[in-house]
Amino acid sequence: MDLNFTPEEQAFRAEVCAFLREQLPPEIARKVHDGKRLAKDDFVRWQKILHAKGWGASSWPVAHGGTGWSAVQQHIFDEECADAGAPMQLPFGLKMVAPVIMAFGNPAQQARFLPRIVDGTDWWCQGYSEPGSGSDLASLKTRAVRDGDHYVINGQKTWNTLGQYADWIFCLVRTSTEGRQQEGISFLLIDMKTPGITVRPIIMMDGEHEINEVWFEDVRVPIENRVGEENKGWTYAKFLLGHERTGIAGVGRSKRELKKLKTIACRESSAGRPLIEDPRFRDRIAQVEMELMALEITNLRVISAEGEKKRAPGPEASILKIKGSEIQQILTELQMQALGHYALPYLHESLDPDWSGDAAMPAYEGDAGPLSGHYFNVRKTTIYGGSNEIQKNIISQMILGL
Amino acid sequence: MNFDYTEEQIALQDTLRRFYARDYGFEHRRAMSKSADGFDRAAWATFADFGILALPFPEDFGGLNGNAVDTMLVMEMLGRGLALEPYLSSVVLCGGLIRDAGSAAQKEALLPAIAGGELMFAFAHNEAGSRYALDHVATRATPAGGGWTLDGAKAVVLAAPSAGKFIVSAREGLGLSLFLVDAGAPGLSLRSYPTQDGARAGDLRLDGVQVAADALIGGACGALPLIERAVDYANAALCAEAVGIMAALNEVTLEYLKTRKQFGTPIGKFQALQHRMADMVIATEQARSMATLAAVRADSTDAAERSRSVAAAKAYVLQSARLVGQQAVQLHGGMGVTDELNVGHYFKRLTMIGLTFGDVDYHLGRFSDTLLAA
Ligand SMILES: Cc1cc2nc3c(=O)[nH]c(=O)nc-3n(C[C@H](O)[C@H](O)[C@H](O)COP(=O)(O)OP(=O)(O)OC[C@H]3O[C@@H](n4cnc5c(N)ncnc54)[C@H](O)[C@@H]3O)c2cc1C
Ligand SMILES: Cc1cc2nc3c(=O)[nH]c(=O)nc-3n(C[C@H](O)[C@H](O)[C@H](O)COP(=O)(O)OP(=O)(O)OC[C@H]3O[C@@H](n4cnc5c(N)ncnc54)[C@H](O)[C@@H]3O)c2cc1C
Repeated sequence: MDLNFTPEEQAFRAEVCAFLREQLPPEIARKVHDGKRLAKDDFVRWQKILHAKGWGASSWPVAHGGTGWSAVQQHIFDEECADAGAPMQLPFGLKMVAPVIMAFGNPAQQARFLPRIVDGTDWWCQGYSEPGSGSDLASLKTRAVRDGDHYVINGQKTWNTLGQYADWIFCLVRTSTEGRQQEGISFLLIDMKTPGITVRPIIMMDGEHEINEVWFEDVRVPIENRVGEENKGWTYAKFLLGHERTGIAGVGRSKRELKKLKTIACRESSAGRPLIEDPRFRDRIAQVEMELMALEITNLRVISAEGEKKRAPGPEASILKIKGSEIQQILTELQMQALGHYALPYLHESLDPDWSGDAAMPAYEGDAGPLSGHYFNVRKTTIYGGSNEIQKNIISQMILGL
Repeated sequence: MNFDYTEEQIALQDTLRRFYARDYGFEHRRAMSKSADGFDRAAWATFADFGILALPFPEDFGGLNGNAVDTMLVMEMLGRGLALEPYLSSVVLCGGLIRDAGSAAQKEALLPAIAGGELMFAFAHNEAGSRYALDHVATRATPAGGGWTLDGAKAVVLAAPSAGKFIVSAREGLGLSLFLVDAGAPGLSLRSYPTQDGARAGDLRLDGVQVAADALIGGACGALPLIERAVDYANAALCAEAVGIMAALNEVTLEYLKTRKQFGTPIGKFQALQHRMADMVIATEQARSMATLAAVRADSTDAAERSRSVAAAKAYVLQSARLVGQQAVQLHGGMGVTDELNVGHYFKRLTMIGLTFGDVDYHLGRFSDTLLAA
């Protein structure tokens, strides 16, 4: 038993930190630290910087243009990026569609799509959920009918995260209505510029536009854009769900937010004393910090077991997802609570990057504005990516055999 | 012991229920929240007609002599209706302060105007560094020419933009005093903004604001007990509002569990969700009991008993509200986090109630401290 990182891993961490100091644009880091709204260009710019360094895809093998890093190295990289205030590398291209293309796509698809993901050219979104098919994804109805060398798509996807920016969408579509519903699903890559696609915004309760409906009306998709075999899409989607492990717990980001919570608790006052000196509130911080300490070690245990190939990826990912999402929610809740009555104002402009405060409200800090909205926004984390109820079903059925 | 409402109380409840069902649907509320005022002036006029703006005032001043239980009943309905109207600020808090401590002349001049809906009030007490402590006031009152000069800043004054008058707390020497200040008074400036729950508030600055001798409410330098009583009353009212919201959330969530299908069956067939829903209902019933206790004790003349009960009730109700609000969103899946559905809006209002006049830690602390004294 040894909880220390090896000298090589420590040297790696130092290298990552040096890179972040030199290359992460401070104006982007500022936005991340202050919880401001990020523009599409912030994500793309950071991806291009990482790509230039050869670090565009930390979870990919070298053969496809990735770093070939071990799971522990990826963990260190994620942690340092989050701490420095780097924008999250969105998972849809890098961690969701790419592994499927690598495992089940043909060489032509690999050559066409993978380089444009790692260099930040193509923005991908995920088209799985439908209005009638959320937790019960396999019931999806969006139809793909063969017509010569094309599929013709009709139907609706929903909740597509940042689909308004997307160049491409990967979709599960129904190619057969016979037999078990899982056996009639195919995995398609669809150019968002194809005629017949309409993207409509869904506004979330924090007032932000982060998700969309995507409608398909007689959308023609070349057969060559199908990954793998027809009617085998469910297998590929499940491969993906069990595959993506590192990063799912969000330990790095939660550590950053915990730091921010402590900063706010030191700054805010409660009856003339810093809020952090109020034992009732401090205990709440302590409680979530213990949760996070445990999760960090759990995460590392899962990662190292996988790294040493002792075990195939299993349902432990559900533990990481449940705990990671709950911790994120509690952190935003405490950040909001720390503000006291200054959690009430809804200053939409405070999400703008150049908003740093209001002369008429000198005590209302520049980073206070987004905090209540964040709390409302992250209610999503226990719902998306397989809701926490579904994750518990997975644990009881797959791990416990109930 | 009797937990029944009187016939009059039931009638009032029905009137308000019908009003919200017929004239104040969710889309109407959304439009009102986006309007310049941030609430519905026509609804306010209707409230005047219903008499609820006169409810807690003495008959001598055009009121209906209602008690805190009457206020609870109204607040519960306003919670269900997700009302934007500043009933709490104008009627419960400021109206209550004038009723309890105003001079005969002040009551004569102000209570009928509040009751008639012509004059709206806001309570300017919180300050940036005060958090929830009621005695933490830095705004100063300096005697000047028979009256006072007020200097300072007030934070997150609920309903400030619609107020024709403010009740402002200020420190003179060691004590606190309360003053009536016109919204248009020279030296007073307001930075107003929407709140997370779609209502309005503002930050107030007072730079050399002059008030006359008759602006003082109650005696000079002795206002803290008045403020404590008014805020206890407001917290009891907020408990009732929260219960109304929780009941509404339980109804829509239960309906969703029965109608939303996944895996070929209504999701309400999954035992995990059945138990969650049962927990939400249990929490709401327990919260309703505490809100009732708070309402009954809010009228108590024993200040210690009053504040102990209200503190316990607010802390407890907020814990229930957190569970019900979060789980109502969760059980709606993706729909729960949208702006489109009312669930998110109920949740936001519940959350803001949890940060208004004391959060769960503040009230738990107040209640817990009384165990030492006992
Ligand atoms: C902000 C956000 C972003 C998203 N981004 C994307 C995206 O980019 N691409 C995409 O394809 N999808 C996306 N989703 C969709 C997400 O995956 C679904 O919302 C999720 O799968 C839940 O489905 P649903 O919303 O239909 O809820 P439902 O499945 O209807 O669930 C409603 C409630 O019932 C519970 N429930 C359902 N079945 C069971 C069961 N068997 N046992 C116990 N409880 C159960 C759920 O946990 C939930 O509490 C996103 C969602 C959100 C909120
Ligand atoms: C101290 C004590 C005194 C008692 N006194 C009496 C007495 O005076 N007379 C008498 O007749 N009996 C008595 N009982 C028995 C008592 O009523 C039973 O223990 C009880 O009904 C549970 O039955 P069980 O012990 O067989 O547990 P089980 O029914 O086997 O339950 C085991 C667990 O499964 C859960 N469970 C079972 N079914 C479901 C379901 N459908 N959904 C979800 N969870 C479920 C239970 O909640 C429990 O946690 C007593 C028991 C105790 C412990």
